[in-house]
Amino acid sequence: MTLAAPVPAMAASLSGLIAGRRRIGLYVLGGLALACLLLAVVAIGQGAIGIPPGRVTEILWARLTGDGALLEGRDALVVLNIRLPRVLLGLLVGAGLAVSGALMQGLFRNPLADPGLVGVSAGAGLAAAATIVLGDRFLAGTLMKLPFAMLPFGAFCGGLISTLVLYLIATRDGRTSVATMLLAGVALGALSGALTGLLAFVSDDRQLRDLTFWSLGSLGGASWSKLSIVAPIILPLLLTMPLLARGLNGLMLGEAEAYHLGIPVQRIKALAILLVALAVGASVAAAGLIGFVGIVVPHLIRLSVGPDHRLLLPLSALGGAILLVAADIVARLIVAPAELPIGIVTAAIGAPFFLWLLLRRAGGALDV
Amino acid sequence: MSEAAPVLSARNLGFHAGGRALVAEASLDLRPGSTTILIGPNGAGKSTLLKLLTGELAGSGGGVRIGDEALGAIPAWRLACLRAVMAQHSRLAFPFSVYEVARLGVDGVGRALTRQRREAIVAEALAAAGVLDLAARRYQTLSGGEQQRVQFARVLCQLEAGRSVAERQILFLDEPIASLDLCHQLALLDMARTIAARGVAVLVVLHDLNLAVTYADHLVVMDRGRIIAQGPPAETLDDALLRQVFRVGLSLSRAPAPGLPFLLPQQHRSRQAG
Repeated sequence: MTLAAPVPAMAASLSGLIAGRRRIGLYVLGGLALACLLLAVVAIGQGAIGIPPGRVTEILWARLTGDGALLEGRDALVVLNIRLPRVLLGLLVGAGLAVSGALMQGLFRNPLADPGLVGVSAGAGLAAAATIVLGDRFLAGTLMKLPFAMLPFGAFCGGLISTLVLYLIATRDGRTSVATMLLAGVALGALSGALTGLLAFVSDDRQLRDLTFWSLGSLGGASWSKLSIVAPIILPLLLTMPLLARGLNGLMLGEAEAYHLGIPVQRIKALAILLVALAVGASVAAAGLIGFVGIVVPHLIRLSVGPDHRLLLPLSALGGAILLVAADIVARLIVAPAELPIGIVTAAIGAPFFLWLLLRRAGGALDV
Repeated sequence: MSEAAPVLSARNLGFHAGGRALVAEASLDLRPGSTTILIGPNGAGKSTLLKLLTGELAGSGGGVRIGDEALGAIPAWRLACLRAVMAQHSRLAFPFSVYEVARLGVDGVGRALTRQRREAIVAEALAAAGVLDLAARRYQTLSGGEQQRVQFARVLCQLEAGRSVAERQILFLDEPIASLDLCHQLALLDMARTIAARGVAVLVVLHDLNLAVTYADHLVVMDRGRIIAQGPPAETLDDALLRQVFRVGLSLSRAPAPGLPFLLPQQHRSRQAG
């Protein structure tokens, strides 16, 4: 003990405080994980054919243990081939979008950064549209034989390019200007939107229907084959995030301070950009443009457990998964037997929330 | 004291931006156990020189060596064990608590330590910087001076955690007392001297000349990007140099009791007289 010994009473209250924080974090983590699981079971039961949660659990359990008798029949078919891939896709895409939002906010040191808001999703959407319209026209005989391989790849490239352009425009002399980032993001989003519109103009009827699907977002097209393409892209993001948490915490002080703390700043930034582009590209390709998950979820988590990325990132993943699966239930039930595009539901929840966030900021609640 | 081999030696450093030399031909040694204080007018290149010495900027010309190694060849994590840096301003993007900010100092460098040891280091550093009672507060709700003390606590954490890895350490403080009241100014500089007494080489950028001459073992005077004088404070400063560098009429005197030099601005009085 070389430094001055702390006053014992205050040090004791400090360690009590630390333990309390850790306990709250663990409670929230456990609570969200449980909620996620229950919601998934409920979501599998909802739809044109209602299946009670108990039956859903039985079927899933039978599938896991390989009990053949229960796997015959209509309910099992609906659960295993239609509902389960849809719910799993919702969980993955929701988690991916929320973590992408949290990563971008950490990277830009701003709680308003979000892949949808700063044009990254629009870039991925443009690339997806280009793949649908132009790929169909020029590459029909060759690459387009693998539509679900080409689409995520195209959307991924679009997301990566927009993220890089945004970062290069907003960063000068190693400092990322938040105002420039938001303005450049709006401009990039508008440009991507205009080019997507141009593609819609030259597309035929079938392509136009596909494009509309992308721009509003839906989990309707979920299948095991689609899931098998999307999962290997989003899962690495979810598994890599613990590696980024400490670096992002350091970055909160500024890039120079993070470097002084021994954090490999450039590597963290490059990895975060790559992962965001991957996850957003895959989500856009699988489920279209779904906005506001990336901004609502991390903010709520920060309000409840604080901004430490070691908790924020996993909790955001759970929160995003819950939000998207819940939004999908609403989208399926509210105009049944038809289906509302899920992008409408998340925007209807997210946009008012975003306005509330701005009003609170004006009141001085967040000093940014 | 100047017998000890330098921990850090910079030779003929230069840095240019926009066709202007911000730092030119700067050579400097930092020795273990010695407090070096860097003074100079605004825009003299003090902060730029500090950034060159910490590795944040890569300069032209000579180079910086820490021990036997070139600064540029040392990976960031090992550099973080060797030296801690407190910058002029630190703004925080998200509402971290004071405890969490200080803990950033041990999170990376102290990875090998046990959790109990890391928590003890943070508590000691918060106490040493006089902010233990603020530990649960949000950093953004603190005053500028309190924030500066929290940043000091973070730097203390990093030094303490790095001690388990590196024996010869350096502490860089860029205007660490700019927002502090007199009591905390003196407390922070006393703490810096205590750390130096433990064998750490300390470099402080200061504006208050009286505090600079009081606390420095080695004084470095910069003007227009160049080091124009360095040495023990009493031998380094004289009236002509001060007038030339700071463009203010100053006269160097000696306090009666400990024989320390001190400075009083003369301009105002001479104007009154004239």
